Amino acid sequence: MTALTDPPKESFRIGMLLSDTRYRSLTFQAIALLVLIYCIATLANNLVTNLAAAGLNISFDFLNAPSGYDINQTLIPYTSQSTNLQAAWVGIINTLLVAVLACATATIFGVIAGVLRLSNNWLVRKLMSFYVEIFRNIPVLIWIIIIFTIITAALDSPRAYLGDDPSKQLGLGYFAFTNRGIYVPLPVWGPGSGIVVGVFFASIIGVFAYRRYAKKLLFDTGRLLPMGWPSLVILFVPAIIVYFVMGSPISLDAPDPLANRFNLQGGLQVPAPLIALWFALSIYTGAFIAENVRAGIQAVSKGQTEAAAALGMRPRRIMNLVVLPQALRVIIPPLISQYLNITKNSSLAIAVGYADITATLGGITLNTSGRAIECILLLMLFYLIISLSISAVMNVYNNAIKLKER
Amino acid sequence: MSDTHAHSVAFVRETTIEQQAPPSSAAGPVAWMRENLFATLPNALLTIASAYVIFLLLSSTLPWILNGIWNTDSLAECREALQGQAAACFSVLTERWNQLLFGFQYPSDQYWRPGLAFVLLFFAAAPVLFFDLPRKLLLFTAVYPFIAYWLIWGGSIFIPIFAALGFVAGYVVFDRFGKQNFALGFFGGVATALVVWYASGFITPALTPEETFLEAVQSRDMGGFMLNMMLGVVCVSLSIPLGIALALGRQSSMPLIKGICVVFIEFVRGVPLITLLFVANVVLAYFLPPGTTFDLILRVIIMITMFASAYIAEVIRGGLAALPKGQYEAADSLGLDYPQAMRLIILPQALKISIPGIVNVAVGLFKDTTLVSVISMFDLVGMIRGPILASTDWNGVYWELFSFAAILFFVVCYGISQYSQWLERRLATDHR
Repeated sequence: MTALTDPPKESFRIGMLLSDTRYRSLTFQAIALLVLIYCIATLANNLVTNLAAAGLNISFDFLNAPSGYDINQTLIPYTSQSTNLQAAWVGIINTLLVAVLACATATIFGVIAGVLRLSNNWLVRKLMSFYVEIFRNIPVLIWIIIIFTIITAALDSPRAYLGDDPSKQLGLGYFAFTNRGIYVPLPVWGPGSGIVVGVFFASIIGVFAYRRYAKKLLFDTGRLLPMGWPSLVILFVPAIIVYFVMGSPISLDAPDPLANRFNLQGGLQVPAPLIALWFALSIYTGAFIAENVRAGIQAVSKGQTEAAAALGMRPRRIMNLVVLPQALRVIIPPLISQYLNITKNSSLAIAVGYADITATLGGITLNTSGRAIECILLLMLFYLIISLSISAVMNVYNNAIKLKER
Repeated sequence: MSDTHAHSVAFVRETTIEQQAPPSSAAGPVAWMRENLFATLPNALLTIASAYVIFLLLSSTLPWILNGIWNTDSLAECREALQGQAAACFSVLTERWNQLLFGFQYPSDQYWRPGLAFVLLFFAAAPVLFFDLPRKLLLFTAVYPFIAYWLIWGGSIFIPIFAALGFVAGYVVFDRFGKQNFALGFFGGVATALVVWYASGFITPALTPEETFLEAVQSRDMGGFMLNMMLGVVCVSLSIPLGIALALGRQSSMPLIKGICVVFIEFVRGVPLITLLFVANVVLAYFLPPGTTFDLILRVIIMITMFASAYIAEVIRGGLAALPKGQYEAADSLGLDYPQAMRLIILPQALKISIPGIVNVAVGLFKDTTLVSVISMFDLVGMIRGPILASTDWNGVYWELFSFAAILFFVVCYGISQYSQWLERRLATDHR
């Protein structure tokens, strides 16, 4: 009879911590942990010592103290008596405002330039690659400053628009391009305007319903309904009809050259820093998006186009039904990271005096309260939350569009 | 066969007809234009519209540039010389040339030093950028950082010498022990270098004479485009090894190491560079041991390097992930340990895939060096916005200055991206 015994257990030697792969990773991690703890402890110790030496402490009380400075562009109520926290909120909303605006226009610029770079037309192709190379290779800060300078140095002051001077008529009767910004008409919401807006939103839902129905019809029966003009009709016709039925409840408050002798009155003033930042970010990022769009379209293999053509599809339909859905899969992930870049680059607002979060919390509040560590901590936290949420959205999207291979 | 042929045909032409030019509708400029500019009606309209745009651009800028004035001393003089004509005052560039390039505090009789360092940069970069050059030239590349430091900052020559000695000593130790055990050699080398530097801290002041051969220049006196170049070159070259380390750490199977790398990378990529520069400017001093003072340039270099290394790590991670799994398994089956597998098999291939991405990060980083003007350092943009536009002589000369800055950056960035495309074609080993 033979007894099966385990191989004799090798006793643990200290040298195995380095030589045996089973233990080596533990050794390295233990060392890394020690180093990490040591670094954090040293930094924290330095921080405490330095703060004590400077007679400071870490406290977020300053957020509730009056800020004591004015902000020229606010979307929420704010005075110099408001708290620093309120100032930070103003900054956050301004950051999000310019980021959303710039994302929208950058996408438009980028898609147009990217598609035109693939045009058959030699001149257009060259012009677009000129645009892309020029804007990609010059720092965005320089673009922001250049565009801000164009607005403030080359445009007239609002005074030039005052009075009856026929040479300085408002653009289209509604717009005034001045060195303080662009004055645009502001809608005035009269009684009953809520219904018009409600109808308009209902039409948006209607457009989606129609497209869904058309798609279902296509998949079920193969009949292809027109998409473009019915969508436009559904979107605008009901709202316009309701607008006139209700007796034009929405009117426009245009800047009025005759209301005041010193400044343009009425309408909405879009301040020059916002315009400079918005335009510079969108035209700069547009150049990057153009490259993404071009690469995405080129990534769809030529066989797809040819196969669709062999099925007898028209070029436009090939683009819409075959090329674009596949190209979007390639385009959207880098597009979203460009949106993230826009949001982060909007922190350059501080160079032209636009009151975003970096300028309020990280600029004036920091300087007036002297709470550098707290301010910068909050500032980083804000940007981190934004970036992490955008990445989360991107991951969800990437999983949704992932090629489902069998 | 040929006989019968000859009899059955009356005439056989023995020479080929000379090749005819294609008809003018199928070749030449007319056909080219028809095909590329006026293929269809919308296409023709597009062509006319773009030609009009180009005409507008040129007609508004060309006279302004060509009539520009290059040799006056102030804006007022320039305006006088122009007599109401709309043209450029390029004289601001000629008059402030040195300030634009070197900042306004660098001693003016020492401008040859950064200039020389800049010229030598090309010689140092050439063997790295072009593989066909003799490999011995890399020796100069290795020495260059120390020469450049000494040229730009001046002061005691023993500082760069001992810094270099530390590296040499570290390398000797690594060479001696690294063959048997990579980790031992690596950490031993680092430790040796640290010992040498620590010791040199005591020796250098004793060796330094009162009057140094090159006058010492303070970091805060650096400025202009030189500052952009310095930050760009230093931070890119430092962040590549750091980025490789972070990328490997992020791929690591050790959860703690991986965690540290992921947190670092995601944190740095999630915040704008400006906030990191604010940290360098106002916060970092709180975290240093009491009494130590880093100069601002060093703090900014640390922060920008951290920033760039996180981005480079992500690029390299993409390269590592793109390698077929078989490469990793092949390295394992050859019995290579981790450092050998990485050095000999994985990294050479992964880095090759990552080159375009790394160059993109480098270009982006070089453009981002302008951000230091926000924390009141006088780089090119800071010089223009600060001392030059604020001076009474040149208050109001915007276009010339900003166009100059834009052109400088364009030349460098476009050059780098063209190089990267050349390199990509050059390294392509797949067959198409």
